[in-house]
Amino acid sequence: MEKDIILKAENISKQYRLGQVGTGTLSHDLNRWWHQIRGKENPYLKIGDTNDRSTKGTSDYVWALQDINFEVERGEVLGIIGKNGAGKSTLLKILSKVTAPTTGTIKSRGRIASLLEVGTGFNGEMTGRENIFLNGAILGMTKKEITSKLDEIIDFSGCERYIDTPVKRYSSGMTVRLAFAVAAFLEPEVLVVDEVLAVGDAEFQKKAIGKMQDISRTGGRTVLFVSHNMAAVKSLCTRGIVLEHGKVVLDSEIDRAVSYYLGGSDTERSNSKKFKNLKNEIFSLNEIGLQNFDKSFDDPLIENEKIELITKINFNTDDAPRYIITYHLYNEEGEPLFSFSNSSSDVVLKKGENYLKCVFPEYFFQSGNFSLSIFIVEDKRQSIFMERDIIHFTVVDGGRDFGVYMGREPGFIRPKFDWYLN
Amino acid sequence: MSNIKSNKDWLFEITPKNNFFSLNFKEIWQYRDLLFLFVKRDVITVYKQTVLGPLWYLIQPLFTSVTFTIIFNNVAGINTGTIPPFLFNLAGVTVWNYFTACLNGTSDTFKANANIFGKVYFPRIITPLSVVISNLIKFGIQFIIFIVFYIFYYIKGANLGVNWLVLFFPILIAVMGLLGLGLGMLISSMVTKYRDLSNLVTFGVQLLMYLSAVMYPMALVVDKLPKFGWLVHYNPLAYIIETARFMLLNTGEISILGLGYTLLVTVAVFFGGILIFNKTEKSFIDTV
Repeated sequence: MEKDIILKAENISKQYRLGQVGTGTLSHDLNRWWHQIRGKENPYLKIGDTNDRSTKGTSDYVWALQDINFEVERGEVLGIIGKNGAGKSTLLKILSKVTAPTTGTIKSRGRIASLLEVGTGFNGEMTGRENIFLNGAILGMTKKEITSKLDEIIDFSGCERYIDTPVKRYSSGMTVRLAFAVAAFLEPEVLVVDEVLAVGDAEFQKKAIGKMQDISRTGGRTVLFVSHNMAAVKSLCTRGIVLEHGKVVLDSEIDRAVSYYLGGSDTERSNSKKFKNLKNEIFSLNEIGLQNFDKSFDDPLIENEKIELITKINFNTDDAPRYIITYHLYNEEGEPLFSFSNSSSDVVLKKGENYLKCVFPEYFFQSGNFSLSIFIVEDKRQSIFMERDIIHFTVVDGGRDFGVYMGREPGFIRPKFDWYLN
Repeated sequence: MSNIKSNKDWLFEITPKNNFFSLNFKEIWQYRDLLFLFVKRDVITVYKQTVLGPLWYLIQPLFTSVTFTIIFNNVAGINTGTIPPFLFNLAGVTVWNYFTACLNGTSDTFKANANIFGKVYFPRIITPLSVVISNLIKFGIQFIIFIVFYIFYYIKGANLGVNWLVLFFPILIAVMGLLGLGLGMLISSMVTKYRDLSNLVTFGVQLLMYLSAVMYPMALVVDKLPKFGWLVHYNPLAYIIETARFMLLNTGEISILGLGYTLLVTVAVFFGGILIFNKTEKSFIDTV
């Protein structure tokens, strides 16, 4: 099938100068200019480290982006994900023509509008209505376009009563709603959106995400979307590219990209642990791990699927049935949440290898970090072994349905109970 | 097949450098509504929540002219011929104000708008253009007050006349606006990297006024300070103000050579300004 490419990035790189712009600048400028008039290459383009903020580089210049290549098809929603400082914002800035790439080109077949912030150019002295026109024009709409959509915009913002009041009298929430309302009615062929859905209350977020969905699904428009909210990314995007230290490390369909980002970026927090020294004459504890149903320890744990806690333990004695395993669950602040053990079930431990599985229902954990402490208890009376924080694990957001709240609910677990209506 | 398609009909490209001299008129035209809205914003927000409102437009040139009249004419004794000194000064101040407003308003374009420029793209030149246009409106209001005083003195019997060349007055103002715009764009581009310049502009403009024949006839300088007269003679602004007074009050002299020189400088500064402005707008956000 022929691809309908609407946007194409070729070898995009961006170099930044670190540190203070001071007296050195003038001499560098002159040197650069001197090379240029002799027809030589810019001497400062060759040097430069990759963009890793944690290590101290040797050069004053750094590549925020290096050789970025990608294509976007018409109607596609592309998620750009990566850690802080991976170069997402720089890429968006280049795409929205706020700053130029150091090398490379971006070719586009459609008008690009960018939404790096809501309410750019809002003027507090002017009324809501005046600001709709000003902000709309800044985003690239004509007066005619805005006039034809004015009623819809005001309606969407829910600020009708205050529309002829200066914006400086608005609450911050109202300002954001008004600003997003203007942006929501932009109709470019390509829309570039930065972390703007993180604003407003739950009700408004719902509206905003719904609107975004409309834009891409029914409007057939192309969206490039950056967010740290993996739930929102997963729900909206069809494809994802993962940036790391200014380079594209993965370009794939969105589920894989999100998993890669969540799994690959945080290697310290593994969902499984093997042990060698946790043994005595009675038992030897070999491995503890958590996984989603039908997945492996290496996949990220997703909150809306069943989660299995697996304990691999060997008993060297025929007395094995006398022992039970108890876990204490802690949240990331170290507060105990509850304890659970196999004593409440029919499971009895046996001599030899035990592959003990405890299953949490879907939607049991809230996304977040947890830790477990283990106790091996003899005759339900005294513990013969105890290890605090024996394993840490992270539960992540799964994709959610369109138009639902994308933020985090309070608390650490959110079990689904049975409800009845009498 | 797909290969052929992907190589043609791109709507636009984003590249590291602009074409050497690109002023994209089509794009500016597309954003004309934004230009209009910026002008509107500038005009209506300046004096919001003030008691006197737009009257401030008038108070400033009137008080300046009164002060000049007292200092330069009454105390220092500069002779303005048959023209009432106050009217002489008011003409100079009104025209000069338009230039300084254009220069001051545009010379910090990048710095003052960094937060907008850093978030969204539109042709950056819209911003300085809007400054020049909104100041033109301000100038219009100030010019009306000049006409009011002109009529007042005429009725009082002062010997006043208008030169027929006054028909070219709008062109003169346009040239002045362009000069202010060009200079402002030059400075604003350089200020993004070297902040020192913004300090220079503030007091440089004040000093420049004394070299621009605002409160004295050009001939007077040559008369009294023959050694430093060239300073004024090489200042294109002096010609504009002298010519403006010649048109409005029929006083002083008009120099075709001087005006030609002024025009040449204006064109050079304006295009130089656009050139550097275009070069800067692409990546100033990294240095500002």
